[in-house]
Order: sequence, then C-alpha cells, then structure tokens
Amino acid sequence: MISKEYKDLAKWAMNFSLHQGCQAVRVSVYSGSDTDFEIRDKQLDKLQQSSENQMVLSLYVDGRYGSFSTNRMEKKELSKFITNAVESVRYLTPDTNRQLPNPELYYKGGRPDLALHDPYMDRLQPDEKLQLASDAANEILGTDERILSVQSSYSDGESFSYMVASNGFEGESSVSYFSLTVSVSVKGEGDARPESFWYDQALSYDDLIKKNIGKIALERTLRKLGQKKIESGNYCMVVDNLNSCRLLSPILSALSGAALQQNNSFLLDKKGQQVLSEKVTLMDDPHIPHTFGARYFDNEGVATRKRYIFNKGVLETYFIDTYHALKMGVEPTISNPSHLMMEKGERSMEEMIASVEKGILVIGFNGGNSNSSSGDFSFGMEGFLIENGKLTQPVSEMNVTGNLLILWNQLSEVGNDPRLDSAYLIPSLRFENVAFSGL
Amino acid sequence: MDCKRAYLAHFGVSEEDLRKVLAAALEKGGDYADLFFEHTFNNAVGLRDGEVNSTFSGIDYGVGVRVLSGDQTGYAYVENTTLEDMLKAAGTAARIANGASTGISPEFAVKVSPKNYYTIRQSWEDMTLKQRIPYVQMLNDRIFALDKRVNKVMVNLSDSSSHIFFVNSEGVMFYDYRPMVSLTANCVMLANGVYENGRAARSFRVGFEFLTDEMVGIIAKEAVDETAIMYQAIKPKGGEMPVVLGAGGSGIFLHEAIGHAFEADFNRKGTSIFSDRLHQKICGDFINVVDDGTIPFNRGSVNIDDEGVDGQKTYVVREGVLSSYLYDRMSAKHFNVSSTGNGRRESFRQTPIPRMRATYMENGNASEAEMIASVKKGVFVNSFTNGQVQIGAGDFTFFVKSGYLIENGKLTQPIKDINIIGNGPKALADMTMVSDNYLMDNGTWTCGKDGQSCPVTCGMPSALIKKLTVGGLS
Repeated sequence: MISKEYKDLAKWAMNFSLHQGCQAVRVSVYSGSDTDFEIRDKQLDKLQQSSENQMVLSLYVDGRYGSFSTNRMEKKELSKFITNAVESVRYLTPDTNRQLPNPELYYKGGRPDLALHDPYMDRLQPDEKLQLASDAANEILGTDERILSVQSSYSDGESFSYMVASNGFEGESSVSYFSLTVSVSVKGEGDARPESFWYDQALSYDDLIKKNIGKIALERTLRKLGQKKIESGNYCMVVDNLNSCRLLSPILSALSGAALQQNNSFLLDKKGQQVLSEKVTLMDDPHIPHTFGARYFDNEGVATRKRYIFNKGVLETYFIDTYHALKMGVEPTISNPSHLMMEKGERSMEEMIASVEKGILVIGFNGGNSNSSSGDFSFGMEGFLIENGKLTQPVSEMNVTGNLLILWNQLSEVGNDPRLDSAYLIPSLRFENVAFSGL
Repeated sequence: MDCKRAYLAHFGVSEEDLRKVLAAALEKGGDYADLFFEHTFNNAVGLRDGEVNSTFSGIDYGVGVRVLSGDQTGYAYVENTTLEDMLKAAGTAARIANGASTGISPEFAVKVSPKNYYTIRQSWEDMTLKQRIPYVQMLNDRIFALDKRVNKVMVNLSDSSSHIFFVNSEGVMFYDYRPMVSLTANCVMLANGVYENGRAARSFRVGFEFLTDEMVGIIAKEAVDETAIMYQAIKPKGGEMPVVLGAGGSGIFLHEAIGHAFEADFNRKGTSIFSDRLHQKICGDFINVVDDGTIPFNRGSVNIDDEGVDGQKTYVVREGVLSSYLYDRMSAKHFNVSSTGNGRRESFRQTPIPRMRATYMENGNASEAEMIASVKKGVFVNSFTNGQVQIGAGDFTFFVKSGYLIENGKLTQPIKDINIIGNGPKALADMTMVSDNYLMDNGTWTCGKDGQSCPVTCGMPSALIKKLTVGGLS
C-alpha cells in the first residue's frame, strides 16, 4: 500500500501545481521493493535488495503539456521542481488535444479486490528464499558430466501505485511477484557451450512452482546439443508457448494510437476488416482476479473492460488513449492491453507436432525485427526439424522471414497450452509455408 | 581539498559518514566495498505534426552500496543519503559475507582522470527549454523541405547530466560529471498509397554546443535517405552467402559476434564460447579490434569507470590474437590481471559488470571497391537497428534496415528488413578482407545485459565475411 503520507503528498503536489497555473494535473506515486538471491555452482553469487519511490506528474498548462518525474519527495524540493516544470511547459506550442480523460470514462471504484498482492511476502525469511534457489540448482548439480555451470535465482518483489487527477480520479493498485529461475551451460561441440533456462513466476508464493525447475532447465539445454543449420526452404512452423508472443507483439504495436496517428502502422484503417486468420480470436479480459495484467483502470485512470481485439480474425479494437483519440477524432478505448487471452485450440503442442510431416519447431527467437509500416519481419531462430511427426534434428543459426499479416493468415492451428504466468496468454501456434533461411 | 568538499556537499555527506558506511558494509568480513552516488537530471522535448508540444524532465538521486567477498556480491541502494539509510543499505549488502569485521577506516584520496573525454562548454542544466526548441523545430522543417513524399515527422531531443561521486574501502574517491545528448528524427513518407518509415539519430557526451545547423542537417538528410531507399528496396532470396559489412554501423557485428563473448564475467564463469581462447589466434592477422573508453565526446566514453578505474583503450584482438577480455574489478582479480576499466552500471540501482564502451575495428589494407568486386553473389549491408547474441553457443544476429545485393562484383538492387545470423568464432575466422575506410557510428546505440542498459557505440571499416546466413525469401 502507498502510505497515507505519500497519498497526502500526491494531493499536495496536485494542488500546488494547480496553484502554480496548471489547469489540470495528474499525479502518480509509485513505491516498490525487490529482493534477489543468485546462486552459482553451489555458492551464493549475489544478493540484492532494493526499494524505491517515485512521483510522476502530468501537467496541463494553458493548452500545453509536460510530464515530470522525481524520486526527491520532500516538499521543499518538489515545490522548486514543480515551479520550474510549469515554467518550462509554457514555452511549448499549445496542443488542445492534450487533456485529461473525460471523467465519465474513469474507473469509479467499488469493485472487488483483484488479489494481485500476496501478504505472505512480508513473512518470508531470507534463508527460505536462499534455500529455494539452492534446491532448484541441487536438482541437477552433479547429475551430468557435461554440465559446466548452473546458476539459479529466486526473486520477489511488490509494487504499489496511487494516482490522483484534478478532474476527479483517485485510484490505487498493489501487485507482488515471486520467481524462480535456473540457467544451465553445458559442454558442446568444439568451444560451444550451449545454454538454456527454465523458470516459473507467480503472483503469490503458494502458486510458485518450486520443483523441477532445475531438471527442466537441464533437459532444455541438453536437447540443444548437436544443433546445426539445415537447408533453406518453406516449412511448416510450430512455435512453442514461450515464444509465440514474439509474433504477436508487433501486431499489438501496430494497434497503438501513437503508431496509427503517425501513419506508422501496417494495421492503419483496418478496423472492422478480416486481417488475420479466422482462427485468431484475441480477448482483453482485465477483471479476472489473480491473473497477470489484471487491472480496473489504465495509466490514465480510464476504466478497463472486456474487449475483443480480434474476433475470428476481424480487427475489433485499437488501443487509443485520450491524446491520440482527440488527435485522430475518434473515441478513446484504452491506452494498452491488460490481460490478453487467445482462444485456445483442441490440441497440445506435442499433438500438433505429431501431425506435421515436415516442419520446424521454434524454441527460441534470436534477435531480428520488423518494419512497422509494412509488417515485414525477419528473426533469427533455433529449434528442431520435424520429420513425420518427430523432432529429428536440433537446428540453429537460421532466419525466419516474411510478413506478419501474411504469416497470421497462414495460421493453421492454435494450441491449448498458454503459459499462465504472463499477461499475454498465447498458446503454441502452427503456421504453414514459412520461409526459413539456412544452408 | 576544495573539490572534495564540493563533492561531499553535493550529496550532503561527510568523510566521517563515508567511513562509517564502508565500515558497516564490511562488518561481516567482505574484502571490498564501494559507494556509488548519483544525481541525474534528464530532459526531453518532443515534436510531432510540426509542433514542439511535449516535454519531460526527471530527477534521479541515490546511492548504491556494494560489498565483494571473493566472487560474491552484496548490493543494496537507497534514494537518499542520510547516514541512517546508508547504514541500513550497508547492513543489507554486508550479509554477502559471513565472517568478522575487516575494521577498515580509509583516508580518501581524490583520483583525477588523466583526461576529461567530455569537456563541455555549455551545460544542459543551464539551458532552458526555450533554447532547445528552435533546433527541434529546425530538424522537422529540414526533413519536410528535403522530400515531397514526407508525410509525418517526429523529433525527440533528450539530454542528461549526471553527477557521479564514488568512494571505496581502498580510499579511492572520484567525481565525474557525465553529459549525454541524443537527437532523433523519425520520418514517415507516403507515395502512391504506400507508407514507409526511417529514422536517424546522433548521440554524444557533449554539452549544448552539440546543437548546430550542421548537426541538424546531417540528421535530416539521413532520416530522409533512410526512408526514401525503402521504396526501391526488396527482400532478397535468403541463405548462406558472402556479406560485405559497410563502414560504420556494421560495428554492431563486433559488438554481437565477439564483444559480449569477450566480457570477462562470462569467461570467469566459463559460459562464453571464447572461454578457452585467450591469447590464441582467432582470425586473420590483419584484424585488430579495440574497445575504447577514451574517444572524445563519444557516447561510450568513460573518464573513470563505475568502480574507480581509469577509462582506457583496450585491444581485444591484436593481429588476429584474442589479446584481452573486457574486465571489471571482480573478474580482473579472478584472472589476476588489471581491470580494463569496463566496470559500468546503468545507475546507482545496479552493480557494475563488464560492459563495452566504443567497440571498433581498426583499418586494414583492402579497399571497399575491391572487396565488392570479389563477390559474385552476396549482399552489402550498411544500416542496422539491433542485434543479439547467445554467449555460449556463439550464435549472433543483427537486423539490416537496408543494404544492396551484390551481383557479379557490383552493387545492384537495394534490399531491406532482413536479419543476418552467424556464429561468432566462425564469422571472425571467415573475415577475409578489411578496408581502409574506418568510420565510427554515433547513433543512439544502447546495450542491454542482465537487465541493465548502457550507452555504447560501434564502428568499423568495410569488411568481407565469406559466409553468413542472410534472411529472405526461399
């Protein structure tokens, strides 16, 4: 929770800013702490603890706008900071589209707690955290002579925010996280030292998977031994649920008001049209308690609600905040997605693979980028060759290249296996006829 | 003495306070401790749709306490510099060790960098928003004036000024004033119903004198050129082929293919593909690669690194031999060598780790023309956005924004938006020619590692690599 002292300080800063000549003000205060224990090859490698506070102000002065942040929270220093801030905003060109949201769109409070913060956090002792990291590594230390190094870490943290706006918004949120990660390096061919990892993260301590993280990390590393590049060509592509999100991210960027308003989006003027395969139904469902990304309001205080982003491939929603909505003369929606869920298919990734005659399973993307105007993309990758339903050869040092709109129209199957420890629940995916470059 | 008093006053601490905090940091027997104070002022001003209509300013303040015990690290930070809070942070960091107090009480001697690589004439802190605005507007106007197809322009000018103050348990004390500026233009063009976008930026550790008509002109032209070429460019057919890296931004190849794998923390842990290759021949003897913190005004330069070691120029490859890793204090001790001054951190919130500075290859003897002429079928690449590497496997990639096909020894069709992937040791060994046209790329390169961002740069003369895998159609 944000302390009463800081809430009062936020309100004071809002009133002080109004007094300095702002017509509208939004003030947020953030507070958080994290701990991190890392163990490498049986020895504590690093312990780190941090806690921090920050105030962010959005100031609207005579039709002009500026944002300001500081971690100096004393009133005397804040007074000077705000006075200077207001003065500098006055140099800008007026932009009447810079406004606080319509108060009717604000979240008004009164909904049940989303259960994103685990009070158990305060009761967890450092020794217990250390033990978890240690146990995760001990699952595999000494079990395979090819192991060169095992690194494990336990982290947890909590963050709180409080926001107040001069046209009638007040809201707060709390979230905690717990995570356990193991990374393994093994001796490969020649000088190569293939590495991989496994992890779990959760909003509450009890939900955190604490067993088999080390074992899975080692399996994932050993299966990479013998990677090589294979012949260039068009293959069926299966992407696992750890990496499928990478193919969705540029789509989400293209839906943002900031990109659309600058004519820098390959999804410009596409609302209401069938742009992706009809197998794609993507929902933003922000009010499911105890899920990553759940929230009642966005960073402007605008109330979130359940929305289709794509319904059977038809584009239903752009992410448009107050400023860009006014700029473009459209209704605002929400500034960015909260908790995205892609409608699941029937089968697991393993079942999908079993039905592939010849293809490539992607288990990791390596670099690459995409063009925001055209949707053209090219990513490095590693994974496995699939032949007659079986993984026959680990592959790496290859690129996968194409256009995101074409690719998402070549989607032939959605798996049933999204990872639940993410704000974006995207299952494994299968695409047909995708260009891979290798030999 | 006066300067010492000024540094202490800036952060409201006394020498006695510092001694107490360092003693508390070592109360459980760690063998080294340091305190890293930072006070940073950030500013940004933005233009869109022809109007300079948004601004940002931020202040960041705090101190990090680090304790080393052998290869182990304890770290904590606080966002104020009262003795009580610093002692609390020291108590937390101290827990990395498990013994008796070292009982230190250092006398502090001010360490002065041999040279200031970023002397400024006009501090960003002294300039108003009003003085910045005309240059932002000018960049927009120049871009529109250069090409009728320009449809949208966004300009962002961001600057920061950091006051860094450092002491350690060995009595080293230093102060460094670190300016930084980036000016970025994003351009969107519209022609025959097709939108294309491009970007150009420059970044330096320099004061307000950075803003000149000439600098604005350079960025404007590059933003327009980068966008315009997109209309002619195609996606090539992919596969293995020779790649000519054009001078300048191709330095990203060095950063990804070998630079990270030379960082000594990975080698100390034995997880880099180059872990067993120090002092061995790894490529042609015409190849020399440097990581340099001493280039005047360079974005990657450091007067003194973030753990009290002088900024310096380090040869990592000399005449084809892997001559040095990039060391921070901990890894230097591990390997029993001197630190190369690569211990850097994003801010007081993080521990220093080995990071690159300005990484570049020195000139060779070949000419760019002859290396292009030697390629029957391949690509020439000279504009990039980002890259990545797997340290252990050695697979690196970089994304090519634009370049050209090489057909029968000539540059022909422009190409765009393709990823190139290769394996570090193999690619370096496959470099057969290095040209004499070295160029530093002063773009806004930012390197990410262990969750920390660090400003860096890269540069190269043109060079030929026999074989890399180029993304494309099949």
